[in-house]
This record gives sequence, structure tokens and C-alpha cells, in this order.
Amino acid sequence: MGILKKTDGRLSSRREPITDTRLLLTVTIYIFFAMYIMSIFVWGGGFRRPQQLFDMLNNNASLIVVACGLTIVMITGGIDISVGGITALVAMTCAVHLDNGGTVWSALAISLGIGLAFGLVHATLIAYMEIQPFIVTLAGMFFARGMTTVVSVNPHTVENAQFLALKESAIQIPFLGHTANNGNLIPAKIEYGVIIALIVVAVVFILLRWARLGRNFYAVGGNNQSALMLGINVKRTKFFGYLISGLLSGIGGFVFLMHTGAGNAANATGAEMNAIACAIIGGTLLTGGVGSVIGTFFGVLTLTTIKSIVIASGLNEPWWQSITTGAMLCFFILLQSVILSGRGQKGSTEQIE
Amino acid sequence: MDKDTVLQMTNICKAFPGVRALHNVSFTLNKGEIHALMGENGAGKSTLIKVLTGVYHKDAGQINVAGIDREINIKSPQESQNLGISTVYQEITLCPNLTVAENIFIGRGKYNFVNWRSMEIKAGEILDNLKIPARPKQQLASCSLAVQQMVAIARAVDMDCKALILDEPTSSLDEKEVSMLFSLMRDLKSRGVGIVFVTHFLEQVYEVCDKITVLRNGELVGEYAVKDLPQVELVAKMMGKELGTLSELHKREVAQDDAEAPVYEAEQLSSAAGVRPYNFRISRGEVNGFTGLLGSGRSESVRAIFGADKVTGGNIRLNGKPTRISKPIQAMKSGIGYLAEDRKADGILPDLTVKENIIIALQVMKGFFRPLSRAEANAFADEYIKLLDIKTASMDTPIKSLSGGNQQKVILARWLLTHPQYLILDEPTRGIDVGTKVEIQKLVFKLSEDGVAVTFISSEIEEMLRLCSRLIVMRDRQIVGQLSGDEITQDSVMKTIAGGGA
Repeated sequence: MGILKKTDGRLSSRREPITDTRLLLTVTIYIFFAMYIMSIFVWGGGFRRPQQLFDMLNNNASLIVVACGLTIVMITGGIDISVGGITALVAMTCAVHLDNGGTVWSALAISLGIGLAFGLVHATLIAYMEIQPFIVTLAGMFFARGMTTVVSVNPHTVENAQFLALKESAIQIPFLGHTANNGNLIPAKIEYGVIIALIVVAVVFILLRWARLGRNFYAVGGNNQSALMLGINVKRTKFFGYLISGLLSGIGGFVFLMHTGAGNAANATGAEMNAIACAIIGGTLLTGGVGSVIGTFFGVLTLTTIKSIVIASGLNEPWWQSITTGAMLCFFILLQSVILSGRGQKGSTEQIE
Repeated sequence: MDKDTVLQMTNICKAFPGVRALHNVSFTLNKGEIHALMGENGAGKSTLIKVLTGVYHKDAGQINVAGIDREINIKSPQESQNLGISTVYQEITLCPNLTVAENIFIGRGKYNFVNWRSMEIKAGEILDNLKIPARPKQQLASCSLAVQQMVAIARAVDMDCKALILDEPTSSLDEKEVSMLFSLMRDLKSRGVGIVFVTHFLEQVYEVCDKITVLRNGELVGEYAVKDLPQVELVAKMMGKELGTLSELHKREVAQDDAEAPVYEAEQLSSAAGVRPYNFRISRGEVNGFTGLLGSGRSESVRAIFGADKVTGGNIRLNGKPTRISKPIQAMKSGIGYLAEDRKADGILPDLTVKENIIIALQVMKGFFRPLSRAEANAFADEYIKLLDIKTASMDTPIKSLSGGNQQKVILARWLLTHPQYLILDEPTRGIDVGTKVEIQKLVFKLSEDGVAVTFISSEIEEMLRLCSRLIVMRDRQIVGQLSGDEITQDSVMKTIAGGGA
């Protein structure tokens, strides 16, 4: 016991320099809050209402889910650009299925099934056949987009009553609501898709922070040769990374349908690029080994806030959003590189003492 | 198998395309012994170890491990760990993005979730116990290379291994750290662990080992007790010939001719890597060296000369003419060559062929729009492969499949091909067998006779004493003394490093 106590003292006596993952995460969180608070003061109006924040979540629940999967894959040092395609395929398939005698439960099963199937194929090709992840998931993206059109060329709006009931229901929080012009109280609303997204974030967070598999993702991304030498089954670790990403894309597709209520071949266009942008803004490095799902969550919020600010400042044309997104992404990457290189120098002086 | 035997390998064979790496090699490790595995580069030490750890699969032969009756087929590093065989490699095989504690514990034992607190406490105890200057929560990348190495050993030690394999563990450690490692090894030995120690440092073998197994050209030469095998005989067995050449080398005194401007002269040179401004000069045909402890700034100083780090100040004169060198390409065009300390990171282009690795520096100097013709390239590559006796299947073999010493020769060839007037060699003999070491040392003398100025850096002080006619001693990123002529003795160097007189 005495030894333990002594070691305890040693552990707490000196504050550790923050790890790369946490440093980048902290930066993102600060920037998000700074931007949001600034928006409240500058533009007021919508930003002052809690519903603004909830809407960001409502509109992006599906993005959050797929970005979580992508974060895992990126931590292992890989990439998955099929997530948008799978989202669209799942949304379309479920939409058609629901109006052809399906139930919400069977639709959910289909979502998970499609996601897992894609995940399984990607994972096998990438982990065991050692094919470049970019190429495999590029093929997956085209395949999924094509299949979406095969399922239905025309947009399909769901009319299944059971599903519509689910779609329309939301958690209502009266005391965070606001009063409309006619004097009625409009309660704040959070859709169930957001709850799913938050659960996914929580589960992935726990996975990455505490689970053996999660830590193996970091090890593999940090240095996959070393990970092998440390006794980690690198292939299996990568396999599960892509499998989870596929599964989450499936869930993401279902959440997407819950929000829009319609399948459309153009659904979730560019979602994979948005998801990558969010993960990067959240401090995940494309080179692998560094990243966190909380960061990705705040990455989604940050990106959405930027888009809201663009609209609030009167630039309504859609291209302004793309331009600012591009500029912000560039800014974040520069920021990360400056922060990390600054640390590198500190690190080297520490070695000398 | 004897009951004292931990590990027995019998008649192991392993071949790679074009190379017979191991042929009928046998090796036996007993409890509580430190067993050196010796041989020149390319003798098959690394291959043998990789077979043992499951990185390579043997073509033929038999492996037995204590406590298991049947023959064993090791398929993966993980399986090897589970059998109680732990390995610490020359290159750090840990994950830089994880904490020290995680690096000690990840990938072993049965768990599904990490208990960070208990893991960090346990790691703290292990580090304390082994007196390793690292903190459990520290990110590994923020530790020095030496400390990272020790963390790797801590990991192996904690795994209750029956057999611990140390592959060149001392090549990046300074003397104090080496003696710490040795006391750790002796401690483990007394607990009954069998240790396989692979090193190029002969003195270290005689300091800690009980037995020596010598390999040459993929074949077993023999197993000897250390006390029965004098150092000279060991070297002879490794090389397959009598030594003697080492002592024949004599250093050439360079007449300091003040009339001639030095080849290279720097005033108040400093770099972003944290080198304090220093003055330095080197004349035609002079061989000098920077010495000091690991991290004293010796590599950083020469990197500043070559412009490899951002140069922050200083005046440079080449043959008396003021010049500016802020980028490696400028240095190269001024006739300066730099063989980098970290062969893997700054030297070889692993996937390119031997030929391409040889001609790259010359090609860069010529510019990429004036490519060397195929015939020229072949002729150059052929010439230098013969000149330096580079052992490779062909000039079109990827350099990564060569042994360390031969890779180093290729890099040397790359610089020699540019015909530099000033060549900087930073640790050219690290991790290289005795035979190649002598060859490189001879080459340095030959270059100096041809009028090339050479700056030589080595962790092995004997080598520096033998080669250099002037030694610049560094401590804490500053030059603390210069020794030349008769002043160059081990004693005076040590004193200068330590801050005494001289």
C-alpha cells in the first residue's frame, strides 16, 4: 500500500503535457464556443434561441453518425469515402421498403444489413487483401450510388404511417422554447435521430478511450509495424475499423431518412467529404494515430456554425458556404500543423535536459 | 532438450529470393545466461531473430521452447510473445502517439477494457523499479530515443519472459545508459531469464555475456564460452580472416598551411535546432571530428554546416570566398556531402533500387531536366558497387533488402559520386560490423590523402581517436574544447567532455 501511495504522489505531482489528441480537441472546442458566442452577440436573433443549436443537431444527426465511423477509420490511418453513398442507398432502400409492406423495425434491420455488408466487403479487401482503402471505398461509393438508382430512379417520399409517426415525433422541451409573433409558445424540439447520434458518439467515445479494440486503432494508426511487434493483430484491428464504419453508415442512412422522410438518388451528396472535413476540424489527423470522436462531434457543430454564420451575414448563395468551408478547413489544418510543430520543438529541447 | 534450456533452434534454414539468409543454423539458450549472437552484417543474425519472433517463417528446421514438448511453429510476433519470447529491436517498435504506460501494456494479457489508473500506477512502479526517467502519462514521442528504448525493455521485462532478445539495444544509448541497461540485464539473468544479446560492440560482449554464438554468411561458425574466446579470435571468426588491419591504420597528420585558405570556414554559425553560434574551419585533407555525449549537439552542428536544419546566422567562406548555405542543395553544389546520422529517415530511399540510391545526389545536383543516361547510371553504380564491395544481388535490387552495413555503403557511394571537397560523415559506422567499419575507416584515410576534407562523428571514442587529427568537443550544444595532435587521448577527451582541464 505504501508503494502505491508513493506512486500516486508521483503521478499527480507533475502535470503531464497534454497529448496531441487532446490538444487538438481542446482547440476545436474553444473555437466552436468562441464562434457561437460571437454569433450570438453579432447576429443575435436565431443564435440566441436554443432551438438554433438543436436544429444544427437535427439537420446533421446523420452526418455525426457517419463521421464517427470515419473518425475510427482515420485513426487507423485509413480512409472511407463510401459513407455518403451508403447513406443514400440505405435511405432509398428503406424508403421503398417502408411503402411496400415494411415496418420501421424491418427497415432498421435492412439499414444495419446494408451497412454491415458494405463494411464486411471493404474490411476484407482492405485488411486481408491489403488493397488501398481509398480505392476500395471509392469502388464502394460508386457501387452504392449506382445501386441507389437501381432501387428507384425517382425520389420516393415515405407514406408509411408507422414511420411518419416516428419521423414527426420529437422530444419537446417547453422551457427552452421561444414565443412566436402571435404569442404562442413554440417548444424546443430535438429529433430522435439526434438521440441515436448522441448514443453513437458516446459508444464510440467509450470504445476509443477504454476498449482494447479502440486503443488498438490508435496503435495501428501510430505505427502499424510497431503495433504488429507489440503483439496487436493489425489486420483484424483494421478489419473491425472498416466494419464499424460500414455499420455506422447504415445507421447514418436510417437517421437520414428519419430526418428527411424521402429517398433520393442525390441524397447525402458529398456527405463523405463533409464527414472528412468535420473529423479533420475536430483534430483527427489524416496520417492516423491522433483523433477523437468528441472532436468530430464538435467538428460537425463548428462546420455547421460557419455555414449558419455565412447565411446570417446575408450571403445566401450556396457557393459561399463551400468557399467558407474550404477556407476554414485550410485554416484548421494550418493551425494544427503550427501547434504540432511547435510541440515538436519543445519536445526536442526536453530531451536534452 | 536439457531442463536448463529455455530455447533451442536446430538446423534452421531460411532463403529470400536470390539470398540464402540462413543455412542449418542451430542456437541454444539456457536459463540465466546472457548469450551474444555475433556476426557481420548480412551474417544472418537479424534473420535468425526474426524467425524466432515470428516475423519471418522458417523454411526448414526445428524450434523448441522450454515447457512445451512438441516442436513449435511461430507464426506471428504475438504468438512468440505468448511463448515467453520478448524482443526489443534496434529500431524503436513502440507507438509514438500513445503514452508510455500504454506502450508498456498494449497488446498483451487478457482484457477488454483499459483501466487507465491501475495501468498508470503499475507502469509507474515498473519505471521506478528499473530507474527509467519517464513518466507513465507522458506521450512516448516526447521521450528521447534512449528512453524510448528503455520503455521497450521495460515492456519486455514486465512480460515475465523466459527469453529476452535484445537486438542492438545499445546503439542509441550513451555510456551511462548502457551501464544501466547492463545492470538490468544482470538482474534479469539472476532471475533465470535467458537473454540473447545482439550487438556490434565487442567490449560490451565481454562485459556482460557468458556465451557467444558466431554466424557468418548465414551459417553457424560455432558456440563458445566468452572466457575461452579472446577478442581477436572472435573478430577473426566473424570475419573469417585474421584481423590486424585495424591496428595498421595510422592517422595522417595534416600540415596546417596558413597560406592556403581552409576548404570550409564558418563564423558564428547557428541553427534553429538549438546550436549555439560557433566558429569552425577545416582544411584540405584534414580529418576532424565532433565529439560529445549523446544530445550534446554534435549532429546538430554538422547539420547546420550542410543547411539540413534552418540556419539562423553565421558567415561562411568556402576556399576563402564568402558563400551562403541555407539549404542542402546549396551545400551540395558547393561540394559538401553529408551522410546523415539516421540512415532510415534521412538516408536511404527504401523502395528504390541500389542504383537509383547511388545516383540520386548527383542527379539532384545536375537538375532533373538533365537526366543521367541509363548507360552512365549503370556505369556509376557498377563502379561504386565494386569500389566499396557492396553486397547486393544486383544494382536493381531495392535497397531495403540489403543489410544495414551495405545500405550505409550505398549512401557513401552516393556522396562519393558527387566528388565532394568536404564530406561530413555522421555516425557512418553505427550498427555496422567490424569488417565494414575498417573498410569505411580506410576509405576516410584514402579520401583525406586525395585532399578531401572530412568531418567524422562517432559514438565510439576509439574510432574518433584513431581517425581524427583534430577533435572538437561539445557539451550542452556548445564547443567546450578543441584537441589536436598529442592531446587526443581518451583521457583528455573524457576530461574535456566532463568539464575538467585539458
